[in-house]
Amino acid sequence: MTIDLGAIEIARRVNAGEVSALELAREAHGRIAERDGAIGAFLAETEQLARRHAERVDGAVRAGQHLPLAGVPLAVKDNMCLEGTPTTCGSKILAGWIAPYTATAVERLLAAGAIPVGKTNLDEFAMGSSCENSALGRTANPWDLSRVPGGSSGGSVAAVAAGEAAIALGSDTGGSIREPAAFCNVVGFKPTYGRVSRYGLIAFASSLDQIGPIATSVEDAALVYDLMAGKDPLDATSVELPAEPTVTALREDLAGVRVGIVREFGLDKLEPDVRDVYQAAYADLERLGAELVEVSLPSADYGVATYYLIAPAECSSNLARFDGMRYGLRVEAPDVTGTYEATRAAGFGDEVKRRILIGTYALSSGYYDAYYVRAQKARTLIAADFARAFSACDVIACPAAATPAFEFNAKADPVSMYLMDYYTIPMSLAGLPSLSVPCGFVTPAGSDRPLPLGLELSASLFAERSLLGIAHAYERGTRHAASRRIPAIARAGAAS
Amino acid sequence: MSATAERSGLTVNGVPYEVVMGIECHVELKTQSKMFCGCRNLFGAEPNTNVCPVCLGLPGALPVPNRRAIELVVKAGLAFGAEIPAFSKFDRKNYFYPDMPKDYQISQYDMPLTMGGVVRFWRADGTQGSCRLTRIHLEEDTGKSSHAGSRDGRIAGSTYSLVDFNRAGVPLMECVSEPDIRNAPDAVAYLEMLKRTFVALGVSDVKMEEGSLRCDVNLSLRPVGQIEYGTKTEIKNMNSFNSVGRAIESEIARQRGLLESGVRVVQETRGWDEAAGTTHAMRSKEQAHDYRYFPDPDLAPIEFGGADLERLLDELDGLPYASLERLIEVDKLRVEQAHQIVDTPGLFAYYTSAAGISGRPQAVVNFLLGDLSRLANETGTPVGASGVTPQALGELVSLSEAGTINSKTAKELLSRMWVQGGSPQAIVAAEGLGQVSDASAVDAIVAEVLAANQATVAEYRAGKTKVLGFLVGQVMKASRGKANPTLAEERLRARLDASS
Repeated sequence: MTIDLGAIEIARRVNAGEVSALELAREAHGRIAERDGAIGAFLAETEQLARRHAERVDGAVRAGQHLPLAGVPLAVKDNMCLEGTPTTCGSKILAGWIAPYTATAVERLLAAGAIPVGKTNLDEFAMGSSCENSALGRTANPWDLSRVPGGSSGGSVAAVAAGEAAIALGSDTGGSIREPAAFCNVVGFKPTYGRVSRYGLIAFASSLDQIGPIATSVEDAALVYDLMAGKDPLDATSVELPAEPTVTALREDLAGVRVGIVREFGLDKLEPDVRDVYQAAYADLERLGAELVEVSLPSADYGVATYYLIAPAECSSNLARFDGMRYGLRVEAPDVTGTYEATRAAGFGDEVKRRILIGTYALSSGYYDAYYVRAQKARTLIAADFARAFSACDVIACPAAATPAFEFNAKADPVSMYLMDYYTIPMSLAGLPSLSVPCGFVTPAGSDRPLPLGLELSASLFAERSLLGIAHAYERGTRHAASRRIPAIARAGAAS
Repeated sequence: MSATAERSGLTVNGVPYEVVMGIECHVELKTQSKMFCGCRNLFGAEPNTNVCPVCLGLPGALPVPNRRAIELVVKAGLAFGAEIPAFSKFDRKNYFYPDMPKDYQISQYDMPLTMGGVVRFWRADGTQGSCRLTRIHLEEDTGKSSHAGSRDGRIAGSTYSLVDFNRAGVPLMECVSEPDIRNAPDAVAYLEMLKRTFVALGVSDVKMEEGSLRCDVNLSLRPVGQIEYGTKTEIKNMNSFNSVGRAIESEIARQRGLLESGVRVVQETRGWDEAAGTTHAMRSKEQAHDYRYFPDPDLAPIEFGGADLERLLDELDGLPYASLERLIEVDKLRVEQAHQIVDTPGLFAYYTSAAGISGRPQAVVNFLLGDLSRLANETGTPVGASGVTPQALGELVSLSEAGTINSKTAKELLSRMWVQGGSPQAIVAAEGLGQVSDASAVDAIVAEVLAANQATVAEYRAGKTKVLGFLVGQVMKASRGKANPTLAEERLRARLDASS
């Protein structure tokens, strides 16, 4: 079906009049109807909105306009505002809230002709690495329905992996785009902090949150990124730098590219079959012309601890507004304080409460210097490590996650879940552009289902062009992404 | 208790005590739009009409700082000689309240826009006082709650509350003083100096009745000579400078009473009750809030300096302090008059021009604050927009001081010129309104008056000398007001006394 051809080809066909945007919208909703019962990627479908946008796009195309995402079915993570649609953050506390405005990043893609097909599931307020923390639904990994899709952008990633949308938006705070992308064999890209406007993205940790594209190819991800990036007057942290198009800078080989391999991320910590895949990936990089150089990130080991002070501190403040006074859930009590307490007790899930508690503690008088300030210092050291490393290499390559997708309820201990982001958090703390690109499969013992792994490639601040170019060359030279058309859902009986 | 008593004679059980006060002022800035969004900054609109996702704190909305508001605060600081750090930042002050949309307030904690500075003011007796500023920082205002169902509109006993978010996000400048103030009149003089400076700079309207200036006074007493501060209370809810003065006097008396009877002063916030003329306890501050301040990650640090600072310094011309200094210290005007001139828009420029022409500041002020202010009140036209130009007033003062016209003529001329304009010199010359100071001319009129009032002359000569005033009046009348009254009296007396 056309939806499986990727954003660039879909847009080419729609712009050429070979297929209409309305047909693409129908295809997407047909796929959702057929597959999403098993996958659970979507919290809400937006059929009417999709139809309206499709008609607008078809009209524009008929009028001779060229739209770079004409008719491309887009799934939006449900922590981004889309005017007129329920926006929940996967939380009970936002039950019934209809966003009265649209996030800048979403707006820019809609203006480019994308068709919003629905809002996707996530760990509550983007806090989690498996999508299991959603209060509103369970999302399964299209490659093995007994496993998680990763998180927190699990719904967006699963939707793209299952062919329910051609592209999706995720948000990445400590790995929330890259880890699920690795688990579901799609490309997930977190741009440099400040490249894409956060206006309309419901904040988890403001200094880390970044919206990014999820796609079936680096080229599609680059196109979506190009259309979203750039200064937004509504986001004071969005950068003024001109965002040069990356989609025109994609390369076919890695001649002259220095790829940094992080000494502290030695592959010997991994399971042998996983290690083999990454060793093969590094070998592929060399085969394609890259020079592998060892780099050191001595402070990266503190990444997870640092992150779990800064992100909760910011979230404890960001989530204060969900108090039952103006929108969302309200649980009445005799007085205001009681209403706050009852509302928040009923509205937030355990993980959100845990992080609000940690963050409140870290910011408290008497503890602030010991926790929040020290975490900020560690963050500075981690960023300095990367700056040093990038003087010796163009990109850093490492696993996006230490394991493939795990089974539901496998990580009951919160800390074991936190450690899933060991390889993604340092880049987030440093604000770097970083992506996960498919790099091979492992098949767990006793299973006949191969599970994908992702190679994480990261570059220095604002080096998106170089990063996406190198990732594209790797993808072309390996073709692991082409394996996406065998997800479990297709074999689970659905005729497509 | 009078101001003098506070300054010099406050005692607690016979021991000399002094009052220690610091004042925190919240001033709403006069900007077109709010602090972090494009909504209009307007007082008095229909509730919840000037609102958007940002100032309502809707999920996903982000603040973008208002550059003009930052500049206004910097200007306010520069006016008092504050230091402008090259680097400043916004922090979040976290606490839950229904009129605060995000349940945190964007404020500034440890790196305010301006640091230090001194506010100098004049007391009624002509001496100068001063109060150091700690800092001025910028924050966003909250919404406004109103409570329904209780008798007095307070939250206690109310059945529900309403919130108007029009005020939420209005730029608010907090101006914190050092504890330098020792009495109520100085507190008021300090506040008035802040007000006239902020108004002159266009920083704020400073209307206490509309809440664009709100001030809290921290007040404690201590024995004279003691370095440690006594336990302070914070007084709130004053809605005029007059009530600030009254609230301070009342709180001094209350704390003094407590100390005299050996009762500890409790650190607390006290509200001023205008009708009762007393303060009452609002909430205890013993359990201090932990606001968990931290740098707002949505806002980049503010860098200020170089060309921006130069430009703002250039905008500081004509500060009220400089005007007052000239009026009081150079022109030797009374403090009250100087304040009146500086506090009336346009009057200082008018004054300097008229005083420059006449060289007689006090005479110019007498006309300006007397006849001209009266005419301005009667007609609703500011002096500067009337027919009386500063040049005309200058000329009039010169004519009057030279004795060319008398005060009655001067008054009449002002009323005429107010409407018609024109030069007093030209009018006096054309209409022969010049005062008659020629002795022989006055003598002739005196002779006429004496001849026509034989009975009165007899009374005078019989010892009833107070009828002289009547006779002077007759001379003035006969001269159609032009006779120099001093000369007329002198010639009358000479004739009456000589012939007796």
